[in-house]
Amino acid sequence: MAPAWVLALPEGLQRLCFQFFQVFIYEDRWKFFTDGLATTFIVTIGALVLGVIIGMIVAIIRSSHDSVRGKPNVLLRFFNAICKVYVTVLRGTPLMVQLLIMGFVIMVPKGDFETNLCAIITLGINSGAYVAEIARSGIMSIPAGQMEAGRSLGLNYAQTMRFIIIPQAFKNILPALGNELIALLKETSLVTVIALQDVTKAAQVIVSKTYTATIPYISLALIYLVLVMILTKLLGILERRLRESDKR
Amino acid sequence: MINVKGLKKAFGDHEVLCGIDEHIKKGEKVVIIGASGSGKSTFLRCLNLLEQPTGGQILFEDTDITDPKNDINKLRRKMGMVFQQFNLFPHMTVKENITLAPIKLGLMTKEEADKRANSLLERVGLPEKADAYPAQLSGGQQQRIAIARALAMNPDVMLFDEPTSALDPEMVGEVLEIMRELADEGMTMVVVTHEMGFAREVATRVMFMDEGVIAEQGTPDEVFGNPQSPRLKSFLGKVL
Repeated sequence: MAPAWVLALPEGLQRLCFQFFQVFIYEDRWKFFTDGLATTFIVTIGALVLGVIIGMIVAIIRSSHDSVRGKPNVLLRFFNAICKVYVTVLRGTPLMVQLLIMGFVIMVPKGDFETNLCAIITLGINSGAYVAEIARSGIMSIPAGQMEAGRSLGLNYAQTMRFIIIPQAFKNILPALGNELIALLKETSLVTVIALQDVTKAAQVIVSKTYTATIPYISLALIYLVLVMILTKLLGILERRLRESDKR
Repeated sequence: MINVKGLKKAFGDHEVLCGIDEHIKKGEKVVIIGASGSGKSTFLRCLNLLEQPTGGQILFEDTDITDPKNDINKLRRKMGMVFQQFNLFPHMTVKENITLAPIKLGLMTKEEADKRANSLLERVGLPEKADAYPAQLSGGQQQRIAIARALAMNPDVMLFDEPTSALDPEMVGEVLEIMRELADEGMTMVVVTHEMGFAREVATRVMFMDEGVIAEQGTPDEVFGNPQSPRLKSFLGKVL
């Protein structure tokens, strides 16, 4: 039986309270949301790490290829061609379609672990294509003199990239990278199509159990919104710390 | 120390260096002058292979640096370079700029490199700037740090590519002063510059480059006092 203060409310609010109870409290349904949220986090972080690694590698290959004066060697041209195809295909098809193909054609995962992995790999590979272009713009934004200065001190190409070019490039691309991270977080909602129980799926399940859509879906939107706001804040802090060397 | 044989460099169809033969001995201070586009910067940048020559040979301390079998990264450690645009690493403090290469290349421990950085900063007159970032320094100060950074590797030769051309006039003096001291200490130097006063005062040899060749060279007195070719005469007429 509902507490007395609820019964004292006007009818509309009473109904809302009742729905809230149905959606979150009855049979501990809030656990759907927290479990789903855990999956959303795992997929986002996994895909982020994978995406950044792939993106960096592709960006370094592409920008090394483009910075060679004259004709680059065969191996570099080969890898560059592969990277170009990768970026074209992954940016040229919808993520939803990529998930369907990975989930039902290529990987066909069984069980929770495999499904999670499938989602991480698909989103990671997809995100990598965008990160690659972002990272490439960052690397190319660093003046050629920086590479020359590093090389003139006796550092090799890889060392100069690692200690001199990439730290500066990273700082320059952080806002764009943050954008990509936010997009990635929200795109994880598509993993429902390969039957992964993320937070969006949790909301859908509750809608089907309670026959009420308002509270579950509005709550879902708020959850994403809060997550993105927290991310934005964290990125802002990181950006400020990296900008320390720009102080005059 | 540096032996250049038939050095050629072309960008596409455009020949910038048309066969240069030159020998730079230990302790020499060679100043290269010439109009812009004459190939003097390209020549200097070929010496440490920042530009890949399209023909000829460069021997540095009897090692052919144009031979891909020789490790250019090792050879570059012994050739310091100072750039027109300073090219300090903006994300690092002054001290980190100086110590990066010696530490990462395993030539010094962090403590040794720090000590060396401190004494180099003392030498270029900027000991209080160790923890500053490049953006906080004037152009002249940045260029002095860039010299210190190159010296941190204990190079056998220093290459200067128009080190004062990007500076405000009032800062040119402080950079030339450091270079003059370096010359007095016996450093081998190759300097591309438009500072004729510096060339006259410090150079042991002045080279005049024109259209990809060394058109005329000699002691400062010969080159400035008694120029032979009409091109050099007309060049000096414009800059002096």
